[in-house]
Amino acid sequence: MEKKILEMIAELCGDEIVLEDGDINLLENDLIDSLDYTDLLVQFEEEFGIVMSPSELTREQMDTPNKIVEQVMARVA
Amino acid sequence: MSILGDFYFFGWLALLAIPAVLLGILEKPIKYYLPIVSIFFIWHAIEDNKTALMYLVGYCLWQMLLIKAYLILNKKFERNAYIYYAALMLSLAPLVIYKLAHFYLGESWLGFLGISYMTFKSVQIIIEIYDRIIKELNVFEFFNFLIFFPAIVSGPIDRSRRFSEDFNNILPREQYLEMVGEGLFKILLGMFYKMVMAASIYQSVVWLGEEDGVKAALIYMYSYGIYLFFDFAGYSLMAVGAAYLFGIKAPDNFNKPFISLDVKEFWDRWHITLSHWLRDFLFSRLMMKAIKGKWFKSKLTMSTVGFMVNMTVMGLWHGLDIYYIIYGVYHGILLSLTEIYQKKSKFHKKHKKETWYKTVSWFITFNLVMFGFFIFSGRLTKILGIV
Repeated sequence: MEKKILEMIAELCGDEIVLEDGDINLLENDLIDSLDYTDLLVQFEEEFGIVMSPSELTREQMDTPNKIVEQVMARVA
Repeated sequence: MSILGDFYFFGWLALLAIPAVLLGILEKPIKYYLPIVSIFFIWHAIEDNKTALMYLVGYCLWQMLLIKAYLILNKKFERNAYIYYAALMLSLAPLVIYKLAHFYLGESWLGFLGISYMTFKSVQIIIEIYDRIIKELNVFEFFNFLIFFPAIVSGPIDRSRRFSEDFNNILPREQYLEMVGEGLFKILLGMFYKMVMAASIYQSVVWLGEEDGVKAALIYMYSYGIYLFFDFAGYSLMAVGAAYLFGIKAPDNFNKPFISLDVKEFWDRWHITLSHWLRDFLFSRLMMKAIKGKWFKSKLTMSTVGFMVNMTVMGLWHGLDIYYIIYGVYHGILLSLTEIYQKKSKFHKKHKKETWYKTVSWFITFNLVMFGFFIFSGRLTKILGIV
């Protein structure tokens, strides 16, 4: 499942680096913008049936692939 | 008295902060003391206008009852969308009525100091109840959040859950004192921005920029933009600093906006709490609906619509005057064009990391932003004879 989440992020960012470096800052490196982020939340909802609201977490809580994986896993469990 | 606006206020602030600092040092809760200070300042700011004071109290009660009722209804009818929209509209109603009456009739119905900013605070709670992030309302925390005096007039716009966390938290003594130090520094820096920088640049706006002709208009444009920054950023610094003294880490509102390399970056640095509020509660939610409903084929069309709606609402929120609306639409167009250019242009992708490219981007962005303030000031529409 972790792999699946990372692949979703990678596809959205259009950059494989996400798969290699789990701690890369997605915001500072211009890998994800507001629309991509929203898209990601919708995908999580459709794929894993979890509702994540755009205001629930700050962007700083969701700015690396690892952090996103952690937040999603916590909700699925 | 004018909150954060005159020496009378700061004198009282210095005095009323002492008990808060003592409570902080003793590691006792400040939250029971804070409402007394908020009420004291609000009372002195609008005691001459009893009607406004009544509206303010009425507004807070109305929002509280609405939220209480919506909490029950949202649970009972399991995220019913119609009830959600009805609750949203009822929450927005006082502001909409105020803005319409003010614009069309010149009346101040429901008007009181801070209604525009307060509306953000109450509406977000309705939205987060619908999202099931907020499951209950603590009335004491809620009123303190709404009437929190440093942010009541012009923000920064805080989030209810974040505010409550600070409000209920008792910091270790050292950490609190460090925050007080930071707060004092922010207040002093804010005073310098507002009373020295903004006030002197304003002289240039008035003395050099008021004449007819292109040269005066240009002087007006740049000096007004820079004036606006020092005025509003200074104000925000003082508000955030004052919040720190009471143990509330209110969010920063400005972060060197004029170094932005594109307009998207500018909105992450200018009036941050407003643009991030709109991003989280309007743009993102609209986009999520659009993605789920497959409204648009291309992602670029979707983001264009999102930016246009988002920024037009931003303009309207400032007021119904034509120049505010044009200002919003203008920034919607700028954001959309930036998005299309950055996604489509190979030239951009190839050169975006090079110094010369960044310099040119900065220069263009700075001027576009300044032109935006020129619209915002009402001067452009005046020159064009639209008013």
